[in-house]
Amino acid sequence: MATTAPIAAAPRRSRSNVLAGTAVMTALLAIAPFVGIYPVFTMKALCFALFACAFNLLLGFGGLLSFGHAMFLGTAGYVCAHAAKVWGFPPELAILTGTATAAICGLVAGSLAIRRQGIYFAMITLALAQMMFFFALQAKFTGGEDGIQAVPRGHLFGIFDLKNRTIMYTVVLVIFLSGFAFIYRIIHSPFGEVLKAIRENETRAISLGYKTDRYKLVAFVLSATLAGVAGATKAIVLQLASLTDVNWPMSGEVVLMTLVGGLGTIFGPVVGAFVILVMQFKLAPIGEWVLVIQGAIFVACVLLFRRGIIGEIANKLRIRL
Amino acid sequence: MQALFGQLLIGLINGAFYAMLSLGLAVIFGLLNIINFTHGAQYMMGAFCAWFLLNKAVIGDTGIGYWPALIIAPIAVGVFGMLIERTMLARLYKLDHLYGLLLTFGLALVIQGVFRNEFGSSGLPYQIPAILQGGVNLGFMFLPIYRGWVIVASLIVCLATWYVIERTKLGSYLRAATENPALVQAFGINVPRMITLTFGFGVGLAALAGVMAAPIYQVSPLMGADLIIVVFAVVVIGGMGSILGAILTGFGLGVVEGLTKYFYPEASNTVIFVIMVIVLMIKPAGLFGRER
Repeated sequence: MATTAPIAAAPRRSRSNVLAGTAVMTALLAIAPFVGIYPVFTMKALCFALFACAFNLLLGFGGLLSFGHAMFLGTAGYVCAHAAKVWGFPPELAILTGTATAAICGLVAGSLAIRRQGIYFAMITLALAQMMFFFALQAKFTGGEDGIQAVPRGHLFGIFDLKNRTIMYTVVLVIFLSGFAFIYRIIHSPFGEVLKAIRENETRAISLGYKTDRYKLVAFVLSATLAGVAGATKAIVLQLASLTDVNWPMSGEVVLMTLVGGLGTIFGPVVGAFVILVMQFKLAPIGEWVLVIQGAIFVACVLLFRRGIIGEIANKLRIRL
Repeated sequence: MQALFGQLLIGLINGAFYAMLSLGLAVIFGLLNIINFTHGAQYMMGAFCAWFLLNKAVIGDTGIGYWPALIIAPIAVGVFGMLIERTMLARLYKLDHLYGLLLTFGLALVIQGVFRNEFGSSGLPYQIPAILQGGVNLGFMFLPIYRGWVIVASLIVCLATWYVIERTKLGSYLRAATENPALVQAFGINVPRMITLTFGFGVGLAALAGVMAAPIYQVSPLMGADLIIVVFAVVVIGGMGSILGAILTGFGLGVVEGLTKYFYPEASNTVIFVIMVIVLMIKPAGLFGRER
């Protein structure tokens, strides 16, 4: 496979930058509800940010472009919503069930998709996601076009009432930050280093004795699982699981978020998710044109702005973010 | 029995479109190494082009009809494709091929979005040309003439494409450039121009399919959006190494889909994806593919 080399140049490795960045991000997110930013919006954005981070783990660090990541977000959302509403699961168990389903989907889809490389990989994941979409459209429990509505938020661990906005916000923030930290850990583990080696030159990684397929599969499952966490949490937050989350435009949207923020950067997907969601929110009055603008941003990013927002900043400051 | 043959016919017609679209994708992929995500949008543009010619380009009291549209629409959309290739795609050849996919995905969003804003999501009707109206009774089934024409015409187009690529001098340049563009360039052939023309040709093929589809399906902005994903699955199943393979896989899968509609309609949406999964498990390179 051809080498993937779009990643932001990083002359100096520095952990302190990432720590400082995380501190700033956490502080901003902690004060956001108190400065008049609608908490449900921030929570939704945090779910998408985690989703984008999970996607970035696969593309930015593994060099694998999945064009079907909506299948993990959506499936986890449906299963979580169903578990909470019909089976009466408490939220922590519902989220766990949704996440586990996404992990299994990831294992199945991943073991099929890694049989081909590059562009075929993208097409296979897209086709598998479309299959999942039709399944969600036809299956009884997903409620078809209506989706699963009025999902109860319930009490976390039987104690914390998630109908309370502050508690819900804190829980989502904790979930997001844990996912974020977990991804950072993966990237900087020996496993992550091998993954980057595969991204740069798979043939050489194989010749060094690494079973690259296994690494790719593990990365795929990890990414699917984390996307599942995002989807399940989103279903609890918005009390809704719908077809939008399994459909192909969602798979495209997460690519866009990651690209806008900065492919292969730590903070990029988070920034990208917020930028895209704010844009969608602000532009909602002009209706369908939002899609056109999103497409145009896609084109502009690919042609002129491949490093993304965070990638550009990191490159200017010659640091790694 | 009538219903079975009816579904088989629909399957063959869908197969004709799968074949033409995957053929275009394969030709473009061979030379440019990118997957053209705008292919579905360009198929839609072909249909709209025909609709425009009939309803807006009115000379005297009739618009420009189906037969001229069969030639004008592919050229117009093909030129549009070549403009995209020259102004945008050409900047990406040195980068990872995935960027081509992302760029064309964004373009597809833009094109489909613009058409949707202009025409809404509902379809516009397009008349079957006078000569091809009506049908013949074949004894075991009733064959609408237009549908028969689509199958025959698309077969001819596909086989002509195969002939040009596999049997002519022009095609041999193309195949050589697919193998080793630098060497072909060194022999004095203008490879960048060839790339542009090939892209235009692939796009034109999609637009031609769009014109032929216009009287069967309604002309609507999203007619190509879901279709292109199925065509991707078709391409994965067939592998992009062989032209005849792409044609065979296209028609074959259309027929399989038609049969599924008759025997187990619930699975008709997903059957091609299921076949893709099975093929990936047994022969990952695709039925006619080579590992590359």
